[in-house]
Amino acid sequence: MASRRSKHLLPGFGLTLGVSMLYLTIIIALPLLAMLLKVGGMGWEEFWRIVGSNRSLAAYRITFGSAFIAALFNGAFGLLLAWVLTRYSFPGKRILDALVDLPFALPTAVAGLVLVTLFADSGWYGQFLEPNGIKVNYTQLGIILAMAFTSIPFVVRTVQPVLEEVQVELEEAARTLGATRWQIFARVIWPTILPAFMAGCVLSFARSLGEFGAVVFIAGNLPGLTEIVSLLIFIRLEEYNYEGAAALAFVLLLAAFLTLLLTNALQAWQTRYADRSR
Amino acid sequence: MHKLLAVAAAVFTLGTPAFAQPTDILNASYDIARELFEAQNAAYAASGATVTVNQSHAGTSTQARAILEGLAADVVTFNQVTDIARLVEGGVVSEDWASEFPNNAAPFYSFPAFLVRAGNPKGISDWGDLAGDGVQVIFPNPKTSGNGRYTYLAARAWAVEEYAGDEAQIEAFLTKLFANVPVFETGGRAATTAFTERQLGDVLVTFEAEVLSVRNQLGADNYEAVIPSVSFLSEFPVAIVDKVVDARGSRDLAKAYLDFLFSPAGQEVAAANFHRVRDETVAAAHAADFPEVRLVTIEDAFGGWDKASEEHFADGGLLDRVFLNQ
Amino acid sequence: MHATRTQPCSAAEITLIALAFGLSAAILVVPLLLIFAFALREGLGVYLANIVEPNTLHAIGLTVLTALIVVPINIVVGICVAWLVTRFKFPGRQVLITIIELPAAVSPIVAGVVYLFLYGGQGLLGPTLQGAGIQLMFTTTAIVLVSLFVTAPFVARELIPLMQQQGTEDEEAALSLGANGWQMFWFVTLPNIRWAILYGAILTNARVMGEFGAVSVVSGSIRGQTNTLPLQISQLFNDFNVTGAFAASSTLAFMAVLTLLLKSTLEARGGWR
Repeated sequence: MASRRSKHLLPGFGLTLGVSMLYLTIIIALPLLAMLLKVGGMGWEEFWRIVGSNRSLAAYRITFGSAFIAALFNGAFGLLLAWVLTRYSFPGKRILDALVDLPFALPTAVAGLVLVTLFADSGWYGQFLEPNGIKVNYTQLGIILAMAFTSIPFVVRTVQPVLEEVQVELEEAARTLGATRWQIFARVIWPTILPAFMAGCVLSFARSLGEFGAVVFIAGNLPGLTEIVSLLIFIRLEEYNYEGAAALAFVLLLAAFLTLLLTNALQAWQTRYADRSR
Repeated sequence: MHKLLAVAAAVFTLGTPAFAQPTDILNASYDIARELFEAQNAAYAASGATVTVNQSHAGTSTQARAILEGLAADVVTFNQVTDIARLVEGGVVSEDWASEFPNNAAPFYSFPAFLVRAGNPKGISDWGDLAGDGVQVIFPNPKTSGNGRYTYLAARAWAVEEYAGDEAQIEAFLTKLFANVPVFETGGRAATTAFTERQLGDVLVTFEAEVLSVRNQLGADNYEAVIPSVSFLSEFPVAIVDKVVDARGSRDLAKAYLDFLFSPAGQEVAAANFHRVRDETVAAAHAADFPEVRLVTIEDAFGGWDKASEEHFADGGLLDRVFLNQ
Repeated sequence: MHATRTQPCSAAEITLIALAFGLSAAILVVPLLLIFAFALREGLGVYLANIVEPNTLHAIGLTVLTALIVVPINIVVGICVAWLVTRFKFPGRQVLITIIELPAAVSPIVAGVVYLFLYGGQGLLGPTLQGAGIQLMFTTTAIVLVSLFVTAPFVARELIPLMQQQGTEDEEAALSLGANGWQMFWFVTLPNIRWAILYGAILTNARVMGEFGAVSVVSGSIRGQTNTLPLQISQLFNDFNVTGAFAASSTLAFMAVLTLLLKSTLEARGGWR
């Protein structure tokens, strides 16, 4: 007892540990365990047959490929927004800053409904794209757009604080040494924000992997062409094929876990970088 | 506010059985029956019933799964016997359900028919055309939807006649037909939206009730109904979910509601919503809306539901040989 | 502390700003406007009729109720978790942080699936609970549970970095002056973190009200019973009632705009970010 007191000066260890563990067990760990048991009970052969089937493989390809392209788009768009928001002052800046978070505040099903309406043949955007042979709704392009829309804020919000901390002295030193604006960006700023930028892209990618609400509205859900993993899980559930659903859910869970580890590593790298350059 | 309180109460009682006689029942129904039961429930209320009938719509296998998982539906109004059989197997519906109401407990029926785009550009007139090169066909997933299974049975019944029972040719036809389907939605309504909103496919195969209703709603200028030379009698059975009504004390309410579907008033609503009915007076009044069609039955063509389920729909059955969605 | 912000002077800078505005307008503003335009396209009367349609109204009530249950629980748990991991060192601390982060990183469909395997008829605990007369799947309780799952880290995530940065000096001082644990928390800790709590609560609320994937697995989608607003929107859309779907969406879009306003105000006020 005495040793505990000297180790933990502040009160509340028992209470907060109790509440946290209770919550983590009931709300998170127990349900995850139920699924892992389901997967564990099916045997390797069955598991591989499901996760390695042609339809599953096509779904991974579509989901991961689309999420990758969406993350690339958000990397560029997010960097632009973060740059403009930290570097310049201009009228309407606060509105723009607030607007960035819209995709997080707007429910994904609403986002899906809006996108599918915008890009319909006669929609506000679709009427201009359709005659030029660009079809968005019910194609992979639609999936990419829905994924990109719902994960816009990630890159902006990870890069923004780092960009604000970039040391002005370094930039000015570079400028006095005759560096061009582009050289300053490429040699001074970019290396500083790179870990945060990558962390933002990975977060955006992870969010896109799991996106369901927006995508089901605009994706054609054609097996092998526009069917994403989340949807295939849903279909397997409806078919009463619980093994199939469990195995695929396990794959997504694993992917989420790996991206989580990756972002943690990137963020640790960012912190180290920031400490070193101080 | 009252509703909110009711929801709050439901949360805190965690769905334990109500003590008083309930004032609402839940009807778990097939996917395309949304408009039908909206009209039925309005007519039922107009007939003086005070009970609130809540609706849940999805593919009927999905519904059966949900009920086995614990969805507290008092009655089911399905479109196929196989899904009620699953509920019997699961012990939530009694074995003699079919004798509790007239006509094997089926108040109305329909059959798979075709909906094509205006002018019928691919010239679709019968089942054989659906397996043609370059024809895209939309119908729901036979694994989740009774609608989809009827389509399979109807196509097979046609093929059995066409190829005089040659199993190799029948299977080749069905394989071709299934290969022409770009997407298997899980319910009949999703298949309809795929065809109408997403403009997928050249022909939608679904119940005549849905075909006529869609043509009615979205305009005869845009869509045409095609009735094949032969189709498959699709009786829409209803049943009381004994486990639920016994727990809730709602058996009388459930029975009265299902009885209404067989009454002239209920039959009239069904006919007005493009379902064919057994009541002769009502059927005669609506005869002009429904063309003549030759229908084969499950008994004639497949020796009854039990045999058909085992041969065709069980895992590894004949359906799995032509339906490669793994 | 902050980099200097210069007035835009060069053509390149103006181009970048214009590009940011143009793209944001096309990608963010136009979709927002479209919701209200479509909701109102058949006139205000039809719009209001669509909102007060009993099933939509019930969906709004259920969505609000779920948020009212989930947000307070996650605030309390978020504070506990943040206190635990920022004030004490103990083995398994990093594991705990990772586990609580996991639900937000995984697909919402998976969230629904894991609950089905726990409480469903074929699940780990489902049969036992059903035997005791407790039905969780396809009830409001299930909707609340999956909502708790998907928003698990939202409050803790805001508090942990803040409390780490603030350190423990103030709290230790309060204790040495004779305050008990609750007094210390109430008068020292809470005032320091209240804006962050509110911020986390707003994010939790937005996610709970909009959750679709997880809820669609565990709700029986019964109109007037277990249909939350996003499910109701999807059903209206499938019923060819596009105007009704947009009318229902407009309530959520309004909530989203409110969320952004609150967030923006808090950020200006809190200044901890």
